[in-house]
This record gives sequence, C-alpha cells and structure tokens, in this order.
Amino acid sequence: MNVLLDHFADFREGFVGTVLLTLASGLLAMVLGVVIAGFRVSPVPPLRAFGTAWVTLFRNTPLTLLFLIAWFVVPVIFAPGMSPWTKALLALSFYTSAFVCEAVRSGITTVPLGQAEAARSLGMTFSQTLRLIVLPQATRTVVAPLSSIFIALTKNSAIAGAFSVTELFGWQKTLSDQGYAIAWIFLWVALGYLVITFSISGLFQLLERRLGVAR
Amino acid sequence: MSSSVLYDTPGPKARLRNRLYTVAGSLALAALLAFVVYRLDAKNQLDPKIWNIFNNAGVRTNIRDGVLTTLKVFAAAGALSLVLGLLLAVGRLSEHRPVRWFATGFIELFRAVPLLITIYALWVLFLSYKDDLGVVGDNAAFWGLVVGLTFYNGSVQAEVLRAGINAVPRGQVEAAYALGLRKYQVMTTLLLPQAVRSMLPTMISQLVVTLKDTSLGYVITYTELLFAARTMASNIIVNGDNPFTAVVIVVGAIYIAMCLALSSLATWIERRGRRAKTGVAVAAAEPPVVLDGAR
Amino acid sequence: MKTRTSASAALLAALALSLTACGGESGNAGDQAGDTATGANAPKLPTYTVATGVKIDSATLRKAQQAGKLVIGAKNDQPYLGFEDTTGKRSGFDIEIAKMVAADLGFKPEQIEFKTVDSNVRETTISKGEVDLYVGTYTINDERKKQVGFAGPYFLAGADLLVRKDEQGITGPDSLKGKTVCSIKGSTPLQEIKKPKYGAKTVELSKYSECVQQLLNNEVDAVTTDDAILKGYAAQRPTKLRVIGKPFTQEPYGVGMNKDDKALRDAVNDALEKHEKNGDYKKAYDATLGLSGSAYQEPPAVNRY
Repeated sequence: MNVLLDHFADFREGFVGTVLLTLASGLLAMVLGVVIAGFRVSPVPPLRAFGTAWVTLFRNTPLTLLFLIAWFVVPVIFAPGMSPWTKALLALSFYTSAFVCEAVRSGITTVPLGQAEAARSLGMTFSQTLRLIVLPQATRTVVAPLSSIFIALTKNSAIAGAFSVTELFGWQKTLSDQGYAIAWIFLWVALGYLVITFSISGLFQLLERRLGVAR
Repeated sequence: MSSSVLYDTPGPKARLRNRLYTVAGSLALAALLAFVVYRLDAKNQLDPKIWNIFNNAGVRTNIRDGVLTTLKVFAAAGALSLVLGLLLAVGRLSEHRPVRWFATGFIELFRAVPLLITIYALWVLFLSYKDDLGVVGDNAAFWGLVVGLTFYNGSVQAEVLRAGINAVPRGQVEAAYALGLRKYQVMTTLLLPQAVRSMLPTMISQLVVTLKDTSLGYVITYTELLFAARTMASNIIVNGDNPFTAVVIVVGAIYIAMCLALSSLATWIERRGRRAKTGVAVAAAEPPVVLDGAR
Repeated sequence: MKTRTSASAALLAALALSLTACGGESGNAGDQAGDTATGANAPKLPTYTVATGVKIDSATLRKAQQAGKLVIGAKNDQPYLGFEDTTGKRSGFDIEIAKMVAADLGFKPEQIEFKTVDSNVRETTISKGEVDLYVGTYTINDERKKQVGFAGPYFLAGADLLVRKDEQGITGPDSLKGKTVCSIKGSTPLQEIKKPKYGAKTVELSKYSECVQQLLNNEVDAVTTDDAILKGYAAQRPTKLRVIGKPFTQEPYGVGMNKDDKALRDAVNDALEKHEKNGDYKKAYDATLGLSGSAYQEPPAVNRY
C-alpha cells in the first residue's frame, strides 16, 4: 500500500541521482556561464560573437531538443562513447550556462561605473579589472537570480529521466506504470523535489546574507 | 554599458594584441565550424539524399502540423497563464488571509515541482475523471499539457506582476486612497496598468519559456513539433540510417526562430516604453534571468 | 537590432517552410521502409468481412458503436508490425490483427481510429479508456493483468538481441558481460537482461527506433526486445544489422483492453480464433512479418480467463 516504504531503495537512488546531477551540472554551468559572460563583455569581437551565439542558441532551444542532440548528434560528430550521465550533464549544463551567463552579465552592469574606472586608472588590465574588481562585486547581485536558476536546473534534471539517467522523476514514472496510485507517488516525488529546491534557496539566502554588505 | 569602461580605448600595442586575438579567435571559430562540417560530411550526414526528405509533402505536412500544434498549445497556455498570473498576483496581495495563503501556497507549490510531473499527473487525473469533466473530452493530453503549463507559468507570471505592483511608488497609492478610490479601483486603474506596462518585457520572456516548454508534451506522447520530429526521424530511413541530425537541425532552427520572434517583440516593447516617460520604468528585456531560467 | 533582423529572417524561413508544405514531392520520404506489398508475387493482404448487427454486452463497445468508430492503440515505429510512414499510412502485422478484430466487432477499416501509444504509457492509456483496444506487441503478464484485460495471445515472440552485422563478441544473452544493451524503460526483456547474472550495462530510452540508432552510432552494443520487432529493424537494414536468433524469454502478445470488460475480451478471443482458422491470420502474417524473414509459426492457443 505505501509506495514509499515498498520502494524506498529505488526512491533513495532516484533522489541521490537528482542531487548529484544537479550539483555536477550546476558547477559546470557556473564555470561555463562566467567564462561566456567574460567573452560577452570582452574587447575581442569574435569572442563577443561567440558569446552571443552561445546564449542565443541555448536559451531559445527546448531542453528536450538539446538532449536529443546530445544523444544522436554529438556522438556522431564529436565524441562517441559518452555515458548517458555525461550526455545529461552536457545538455543540462550548456542549457543552464546560457542563463548563468545572462545573470552574470546583468550583474556586471550593476557594478558602479566608478569602480571599473578606478581600476582602469590604477593601470589594471581588462582581465584584472574583471577578476579582481567587477566580478567579486557582481557576485552579490547575481546570487538571487542564480538561486532561481539552480532551482530551475533541479527541476529540469527530470528530463534526464527519459534518457536513461536514474533520478527522481524516473522513479515516479516506473511506479505509476506499475499501477500504483498516482496521487501518492506524486506527493512523494514532489516532496523530494521540494526538499532539494528549498535547500538550494536556503543555501543561497545564507550566501546572500554573508555577502550582503552596505554599499 | 559598463563594458566600455572595462577596458580603455586601446593604444597601439593593445590594438595589435586585440587584432591578434581577433584573428586567432576567428580562426578558432572557423576551425570549429569546419570541423563540424567535416565530421558531418565524413559521417554522410550532408548527403543531399538525406536533406531531400524535406522536399517530401508528408514530411512538410508533419512539420507544419507540428508547428501549428505547438502554437495552439502555446496560445492557450500563454493566454491562460497570463489570466491566472493576474488572479494569483492580486490574490497574493489580498488583505484576506485565506486568499493570500491560498495564492502563496499555489505559487510556491507549482514553482517547486518539475513541470514534467505536473503535466503527467494532470494528464492521469484528466483521464481518470474525463467523464465528469465535460470540457476535457477526448483531448486529455492537450488539456493536461495546457493546464500544466498554465499552472507553472501562471505562478511565475504572478510573481513578475507582484514585483511590478510593488515597484509602483507608494505615494501614488496613497494619493489614490486620498482621492477616495476604492481598493479594487486602485488595483484596476492604478496598480495593474502600471505593473503590466513595466513588466511586459519580462512577461514576454516568460512566454518564450512557455513556448519552449510545450515540448515537454513528449512525456504524455502529445504530438507537438518536437515529438512529431522524433517520430519522423525514427520512421524515415535514408541509406540505412535515420536522419536524426538533419531533423534536429531543422526543428531546432524553427524553435529558435519562434523564440527569437517573441523575444524581439519584448525588446521592441522595451524600446517603445523607454520613449514614453512616466513614473515607472520599463524593465529591461535582456536580463529577465530571475524568472527566465525558472521552469 | 541584430537579434531583430536575424529573428525576422529566421521567422521568414520558418514561414516559408510551412507555407510550402502543401507542395513538395508526394509519396513516402526516404527509402521505402515498411511499405512492402509492391512486387507482383508479393503476398497480398487479406480483406476481412465486416460483421453486422453485433450485439455484445460491453460498455466499451456500446460507446464505440455510438461514436461510429473504434479507437485502437498501436505502435508507429516498428516496421512490419506497427508502422506509420510519412504519408500517415499504417502497416504491419499488428495493424492487420486490429483490422480483423474490428471487422468482427462490426467496424470497417475506415471506422478504425488508430492512436499511437508508446510502451511507457500503455497501461495508463488503456486503463483510463483512452483507447478501446490496444494492439502493439503487448506482452501478456500477470503484473499487467492487474491493470488491463488481455485477449489472445495471438502471437508468440521471444526476447532476442539485435547487433551490428560485424559484431563477433555477442552470441547470446550469456555473452553480454560488460556490454551495453539498449531497451525501453519498463519493457519485459529489459527487466530480464538487468538481472545480475548477465552482467550487462543497460541504457533505457523511450523508443526502440532510438535504441536502433544508438546501435548504428556504436553507442550501444546490442538492442534487446522481442525477436519479431528486431527482425523488422534488421530487415530494414540488412547490410548493417542482424538478429542473434536465440530467444531467451517467451513473450505472448495479447490485445489489451479494459480490465473488467469480459464480454469484449471474449468477443476479441472469438474473432482471433475465427481468423486463425479461416486462414486470414496466415495471409496477414505472410504479407507483413513474413517478409522480414521470420518463418510462419502456428499461433498459440487463445487463453480465456
């Protein structure tokens, strides 16, 4: 009768799968996003063009399509033999990196002009200005949108369930195909996601408070 | 704008260096592109026979029907989510505690649960009670998808609108009350018009998300554009291979075109809004990231 | 500015594509896969006499008779079994079974509304009444009997392995150690191959055709499902794929329907038995599955419960 207790091992596996996939693709998306944001404000035109193309491409494509590309196009063109997990990681983090990039870029624009000007007049180079002055200050304004982005990422990882990755959503699908009452499965899976998303927003609120200084 | 401050007008040395980077960067990009084309060609993906499938009437009809279905779902879900968003936003700002709690709970719940689950659960729900729900009829999959999208995007739109309402200067509300306007008059004639105006670009960005998310219909095998494309890619065989690459490229281009058309509408509205000077600033269309990324 | 122009250009392109949709070459796209009965001496599909005045005490059927159409769930990506080409024409053995059963229930072929239902939503779709009958390589088992009713079996298949033509290492399910096997989430052969004694890695997708493409791309080493399905894919690409030919499970195919509609179940069983006796069954088999190289076998006895 109780779906959760009967299949707790599977549920835990799915939960852990979702958490791991979210963490890994979140990290990769952060790195990619910041780098691409750097590209988008850099003085070198082809880098800027690359950044713009990246964001346009990944923000306007449905994530499911990116999964299809990771499964059926990328192995043919680039690297054959990636595991389903790697494919999911790539699709999720490329998609999310476009959003991270835009968040970081708008964060950069909120840093007062004088800061960058002062850095420039001290003789800092572009990368020094960005690294030492602008990005650390942009972090503060970027934290809130990043929280939403990572929550979205958690939920987006559900799509990986249809592409051979063990995660929470796959659990609900398998069980409801076995004929368990949908309401209970729905409840447990929703709770699982709520736990993850609330932890993320809690974590980011903490971060925001630590970083928040009077300006 | 600060990007121009991040670096000085380059001097002779920097100009040389930038030019070097430009050349190197362009070369790298060109090399990447060339590599992709080379690999596609090496794997016979550029064979004219494969691309010839798009000359087939059946394939074109499938794509056209897919686009129309996607747009149909988008139109219904987009319109309904705006209405729901409006109701939820007003509900969340209501002075009646039960209403406020209900709206808050609804928004928080549907924003936290993956849309896939919402759609799937609604679909099963509709199938289970389809005899009692006269409207649903045979289209349980359509309504499952539309209502799922509406619940999620409506919750997000509500938060956008709430932010817009909160951005209206307090003085205006106080002035309105001082003039003797009622609560609903303040909301409908003063707060909402200004909130909608200032938040329109963000709302349209969220509509782009709605458009993209129609592709989640695959979970209940609803034949929108992406699902139709997958079926086509599976069932057509050219040279003993499925034309996945070709179909994915074409369908991807269609999605990007549709989304860009919507986003450019947002940019256009933003630019128009900036010209007219009123108390409330129109939010920038570019960084709606807070809500844009949320699914 | 830039986004705007590129957007409008792209939109124009998309519009042009959809507007020209009415034109274009007619006929099926790609190689003529699944469309088989073309040659002069190719086996012809049988036609079935449509029964009239059918009176069966079945809620499902009454509703279908009122609507004037029978909704039948089927697969659309299994050549020679349940296939739909780009013109929307369905063909295959399961489709023929559906037509002969429908004929005995009093529905002409054009009164059948086929609905594509993938494996992962079959139970939900049938038990909630989205389709009246389901004919799509649907294995009868006890777990499923809790949710749906089965008529038949009308065909006995067995799980087998599909590999690339040049594959040497795989000779049967026992040689799968360390290999990657693709199948559909929740399918019976997958549950078998997942058992630790085989030691195989598994990949779970939602369509067999996507598994086959993974096999062609060298991303997986084998695809497992019922031999009938696999032979269809192998027959589509005889130069690239082959079937091992050592079935390791028994998969009796049944016609799925509402769990409690015993009257309908009996009627479908009667229909199956009748057509198996009068030779329609064999004709249908020869014109569809037979072409993929699997030899005709006597249908299993219908199991009434």
